[in-house]
Amino acid sequence: MGLLDKHLPQIRAYSSILEHGADPFNVRFDAVLSPTEAELNGRRVILLGTNNYLGLTFDPDCVEASVEAVRRWGTGTTGSRIANGSFNGHLAMEQSLARFYGRKNAMVFTTGYQANLGVLSALVGRGDHLILDADSHASIYDGARLGHAEVIRFRHNDPEDLYKRLRRLEGVPGDRLIVVEGIYSMMGDVAPLKEIVDVKRQTNAYLLVDEAHSMGVLGEHGRGLAEAEGVEDDVDFVVGTFSKSLGAIGGFCVSDVDDFDILRVVSRPYMFTASLPPAVVASTLKALEQAEADRTLRPRLQANAERLFHGLNALGFTTGPKPSPIVAVVMPDLPVALTMWNALLAGGVYLNLALPPATPNNRPLLRTSISAAHSPEQIDHVLDVFEWVGRELGVLPAAGQRASG
Amino acid sequence: MAELVVDLTVREIGRAAEEVLGKPVIVTAETDIARDLSVDSLALMNIVMELEDKFDLSIPLDRMADIQTVGQLAALIDELRTKV
Repeated sequence: MGLLDKHLPQIRAYSSILEHGADPFNVRFDAVLSPTEAELNGRRVILLGTNNYLGLTFDPDCVEASVEAVRRWGTGTTGSRIANGSFNGHLAMEQSLARFYGRKNAMVFTTGYQANLGVLSALVGRGDHLILDADSHASIYDGARLGHAEVIRFRHNDPEDLYKRLRRLEGVPGDRLIVVEGIYSMMGDVAPLKEIVDVKRQTNAYLLVDEAHSMGVLGEHGRGLAEAEGVEDDVDFVVGTFSKSLGAIGGFCVSDVDDFDILRVVSRPYMFTASLPPAVVASTLKALEQAEADRTLRPRLQANAERLFHGLNALGFTTGPKPSPIVAVVMPDLPVALTMWNALLAGGVYLNLALPPATPNNRPLLRTSISAAHSPEQIDHVLDVFEWVGRELGVLPAAGQRASG
Repeated sequence: MAELVVDLTVREIGRAAEEVLGKPVIVTAETDIARDLSVDSLALMNIVMELEDKFDLSIPLDRMADIQTVGQLAALIDELRTKV
């Protein structure tokens, strides 16, 4: 008996995935050439699965700010902010985020995962109630476990189901915190936020929105779904990340709640992790400026997303309901998904293979994320590869036959 | 009498499992949920959601940590029902 024998089912499942070709969970890029292209096994691939929505990873101003910060402040902080203190950049980042969202308070974490862990575990505790959308990201589930609150799930994007579950708690003591996401990371669908706000008001609950995939993407100023839906005043906490639109790593929470700063000494994931290195903070600050100032980014992203979404649907692939910077192609089963993923990679298209239980309804997905930096020609090339691979593998009808509907 | 209530709850758990898994299952109080029903953590959470609706109560996920068998889940549900 080995120590890791408890993982035998996973070991067997992983081995059978590897038999299909490359390892989808361990892709090695030899070089990254731009926000949209990399080199893999000596050939160029289009990056269509990197959450680089605004394409800022190679922005010259962001790179320059990062280089200057590393020269001036060194490579790392070598400790947490409560132990080692804050650098100017951490405070500037928090002030910029608070101003960007029009909130009194902001707090920066070292990763987006830790932002959810740190915020959820500190906002609610024993005797409180955490009400999660069933399709929430793993960081939300893990944050829920860290905080000892009672955890209830409601059916994905279903405000009536949310209301029903909150009604069952009527008369039970403790605070209620509803947690939803702006854009859901697997299918790219958005929360019905106005309806959820109605439920929140009726039931006297607090509302937290994780805008990880919608920051910089939705809303006129890029503040996310709450801005796009005009309900920012009813959202008590916004959590987000620097590792998608802002092209680096890190997480944050903004809020107008009183006594917010107490979180800095009660949130263990904040207290016991080294703070973000100066170079990361510097590029993120610059990226936030760009995301706000460059009004061409969001329309370009939207146009690219629509081009890919409509193209895939016209070919006969099954996707999520609406164009979004995340377009997921639903696969009938695991073998087809694996063969498709390998063939797309061989054809020069890198995207994510997403498998149950991380996906809704137990279906494997080929998950794409689109960037403002993609050119229309790149999107068209991707569609050509999808069509060719789809017909070769029989996922689409052979050429000459039209898909029905 | 208490045993009879648990039996009825066990039957409802079987029905909820069938709905979520989309296949017939046979459960007794001794059935090990993960091992015998091949239920992963996500399917179990979905079964819990079905049961919440059937019994019109809240089953907090944090209470599920110690649950291994159908009988233990039935006992938890009955405890939560009598609390209301």
